Formats: sequence, C-alpha cells, structure tokens
Amino acid sequence: MRQVLRRVPERFLPGTRGLIGLRARLRTGDEIAYLATFAFAATIMAILVLLVFELYRSSGPTLHRFGLSFLTGRTWDPVAGEFGALPFLWGTVVTSALTLLLAVPVGLSAAIFLSEMAPPRISNALTFLIELLAAVPSVIYGLIGIFALVPFMRNVAQPALASAFGYLPIFQGPNYGVGVLTAGVILAIMVLPYIISVSREALLAVPRDQREAALALGATRWEATWRAVTPFARLGIVGSVFLALARALGETMAVTMVIGNNPKISASLFAPGYTIAAAIANEFSEATSDLHLSALIELGLVLFLLTMAINAAARLMVLATARKGTQQ
Amino acid sequence: MNDRLEIEVPADINRKRTAPFVPKIEVERLNFYYGPTQVLHDVSLRVPEKQVTALIGPSGCGKSTFLRTLNRMYETVPKSRAEGNIRLDGEDLLQMDVTALRRRVGMVFQRSNPFPKSIFDNVAFGPRLSGNTGKAALQDTVERSLRRAAIWDEVKDQLHNSAYALSGGQQQRLCIARALAVDPEVLLLDEPCSALDPIATAKIEELLFTLRPQCTVVIVTHNMQQAARVAEYTGFFLLGRLVEFGRTEALFKAPEKKETEDYITGRFG
Repeated sequence: MRQVLRRVPERFLPGTRGLIGLRARLRTGDEIAYLATFAFAATIMAILVLLVFELYRSSGPTLHRFGLSFLTGRTWDPVAGEFGALPFLWGTVVTSALTLLLAVPVGLSAAIFLSEMAPPRISNALTFLIELLAAVPSVIYGLIGIFALVPFMRNVAQPALASAFGYLPIFQGPNYGVGVLTAGVILAIMVLPYIISVSREALLAVPRDQREAALALGATRWEATWRAVTPFARLGIVGSVFLALARALGETMAVTMVIGNNPKISASLFAPGYTIAAAIANEFSEATSDLHLSALIELGLVLFLLTMAINAAARLMVLATARKGTQQ
Repeated sequence: MNDRLEIEVPADINRKRTAPFVPKIEVERLNFYYGPTQVLHDVSLRVPEKQVTALIGPSGCGKSTFLRTLNRMYETVPKSRAEGNIRLDGEDLLQMDVTALRRRVGMVFQRSNPFPKSIFDNVAFGPRLSGNTGKAALQDTVERSLRRAAIWDEVKDQLHNSAYALSGGQQQRLCIARALAVDPEVLLLDEPCSALDPIATAKIEELLFTLRPQCTVVIVTHNMQQAARVAEYTGFFLLGRLVEFGRTEALFKAPEKKETEDYITGRFG
C-alpha cells in the first residue's frame, strides 16, 4: 500500500526544458493558463498607457498654448479662442463633494440597517431592489431630475434652505431649480446603491466574534454595531465611498440635464454650474476649431488625472488608517 | 482498573485554596433549546465564589452552551431560549438587564478576538462603554487590567500599537485584560487555550491562579489536565446533561459515575 504514487513520465513534469517540454507543459494547461492570463492582464496596462498617451497627444495645441493657465483660467470662450478650465474643475469638485456629503450618511445608515437590524428576509428583498437602482440608465435619472427634482428644488427645498440658512453665501442668489445643488442631489441618489450594497457586504463580512466581544463587555446592540462592527468594516465602507466618488466625478448625462451648464464659478449652490464630463459631452459635436477640440480633450485628461489623484489619495488614506489598526 | 489515573494531579495543587463553598451562581433545572433542538437537559449546578470551576466533556456535549447561558450570550442566536432558574448572588439572572449582567459576568472566547484597534483602545473599550472616559482614570484602568492579565511587561512600551501585532497567546491575554477592565465579578472562559501552544497555555493558567482571590472563574476546557491543574471544582457534561460535579481531585481520582470514569480514562471522547 506504500506505492500509491505512480511514476510520472519525465516529459510530463512541469519545468522540463525544450520543445517537447513546452508541448508537455502546454498539454498540462499550466503554461496556457499563465500565458493567457498574463496577456489579458497586460492588455489592461496597455489600454491605460495608450489612453493617457492619446489624451496627451491630442491635447497638444492647448497644452502648448495655455500651459498651466488652462487650469487657472476662468474664461471659457470657444468663439474667442480662450480656454480656461477652472469653472469646470470647480463644478466637478463641488458636485462630487456635495454628493458624498448627502449620500454617505444616508447610504451608511441604510447599510447598517440592512446588515444589522433588519430581519434577513426583508434585508435581502430590499437589497435586491436597491441593486436594481444601480441598473437604471443615467438618462432616466436625468429625466426624473428635470421633471421631478428641479421643480421640487425650485419650489420647496431651495426656498426653505434660503429662509433657514440664507445668511450663508452658499444659500443665496437667484433660485432657478437647476444648479449645482440639484446636480449634487441627483448624483447622491445615483451613487446610493453603490454605497449601500458594498458597505452592507463589508458589514456582513465582519466576524461574529467581534460583535460578541463587544456584547460580552456590556455593550448594547447599537454600541456593538457602531463601535465594533462598523470600525471593523471600515475599509470596505471607505471602498464603497470611493466607488461612489468615481461615479460622481465621471457622471455625465444626468448632471448635464440638471446643472444648468454655465461655466461660471459662484459661491452659491443654487447657481448653475458646469462639470468637466458635461462640458465634453455637450460641446464635442459642435467643436469646429482644432483648438476647441484640443481644449476638450485636455479637459478629459484633467478629469482623468483628477480621478487618479483622488483614488491615489484614497488609497494612501486607507493604508494609513489600516496601519494603525488592522496590520502591524 | 489501575490505569484510571492517567491524569496526574500536579504537585502545585496545593496552590488551590480550600475556601468554603459560597455559591456565586446557582443554576437549577436549566433546559436550553436552539429552536426545536434541546441542547441542555435539567442542568443544576452551583458555581463557588472566587474559585475556579472547570467544565469538561466531549465536543457537542453542551458545555459551551451552558457557559453562554451564564452571561446570556446565547441571545445573539435567533430562536434560542433558556428555561429554568439561574441566580447570580440570589438575583434572577435571566430577568436582569443584559448589559448590566454582562458587565458583572465577563467572557473570553475560544479564538482571541481583539478589535482592530490599539492595545490601549482594546482594553479601554469596556470602561468607555460605561461612560468612563477620563484620561487619567482610563490609563490607570488599562495598566491595572494589563497587569492582572500578566501581559503588562510585554506591551507597556507599545500600548498604542495595533493589537494585531501581538502573538496568539498575547492576544488571548489581551482579551482577558479587556474583560477584566470592567471589573467583572465572574469571568467565563470558553476553551481559551485551544488555539495556543503549551507555553502560552501555561501563562494563561498561571494567570488564572492569580485571578482567583478577586474573581469567580468558570472555564470550559477540552483538556482534562488543564482542568486538573487549574480548577477547584469540575463538572463533567455528556450529551447535554451534567453527569457529575464535585471537587476536582475527587472527580478525577474517584469518579462516582461510570460515564465520568470512562471519559477521564480516555475510553471515549
């Protein structure tokens, strides 16, 4: 009974050199799997590099002409050939910040409810519905924005904010209904499913012994949830927030339908604005001059770099907090 | 049978005190169910105050479940219920406010489960829950608890490092320190050494000796030598029933029941 191991012919052993060796290794599948997965992984890198290269190359005219003042200029006038992207940057950053401000508390609360409080059957049903929301095309959200949200913001929400907090510059100025705040709200609604669904998964993955450790120390159910379970899941929760942020930064259609599309920097959240993605989508078909085209492509490059920078910052932040807690 | 006593009662057995038997927890006719399945049958047992009580028995005999009724940790499992009487210092334990109960009856789990926080924050977790957040007082409590858990010297220079950087045995002693930080009257340990090497195990057993004057200890263990080493009283569980309960020496040297004898001589289990 000792001789269970049958001798394998040498040429079938992995690592054998030469043509026969290669064929043998191909037959065993390891080599194929390695080459195929390597090729696909390399494709992703290649696409990324090509993307940056192409954006850089095509935005050459404006890069040379405006240099850094492209980022600081406040005037966007295609007819006069003047291109300053600051209003778009401003609009993109402000709408995204608003989105997170609105969506994170709501999304995290909902995720905690679904994972910790709700009976499993209700939780699963609700989660299914919430994940359906993520599948709604953004143009539909835009339509809802135009026909439901904009009138609501104009007639109810913004007058209420103005009368309650009108002393703050961000809630002053004319109230059109379309504007930066409305864009933030529609974006918040759109990213909620991501935050809820990913955070809920992270919370559900917290080991039971963490909750029990807190309960055994006399924590109430809520204290165990808030002080033990949620901190344990924080990497996943942060991940969900950055997924949401990436979506908010790049969202085009719904935003352009409700933001007012006006490249002005205003302190008021009621004022119309413009985002990078919306500008590219709206102006691309009408861009006739090479300079205009190049300016739009440079906008794309800026958006790309902005997204990369924010993601890198997020990763660093996660690493810094992780080092303090979970890892050595 | 001459091979009855494979379990040597160690020489330092004299370190066990022969204190009078004052019941801290009294359990009467406890029946316990997970849904339709009955896990404990008519268990009656009195846990002596400020001594160590060990619960032994084969896997699935209900000893951990029994332990979890003493701080009502079973309530995290849906559809579980306990029937019968459990009294802590004469008070009805099953009717008590559960958070107050768990502050009086602490628990250490089979797998060490520190929070992903610093060593300090782990120990301070319990005191902070009860609103005890003064910095100096917290520092005192943390140091005292770490000392009681015999880990202070190893961690005093790295209190603000992650608890996850500690070894398995250190993590388990940290969990004991965390439980001690709320000054529980009773400490429940659910196979605290099952994942530890012999040296780490010895440290934890040593620590149980030092806890005895201040704290009632109930330890569930798979390891009969461990029960013989640390416990004044031992209870033997089998198939959800308490077969025998008595002084550890008596139970190991002259068990009254055939099942106990069969188990401790290694005939099954």
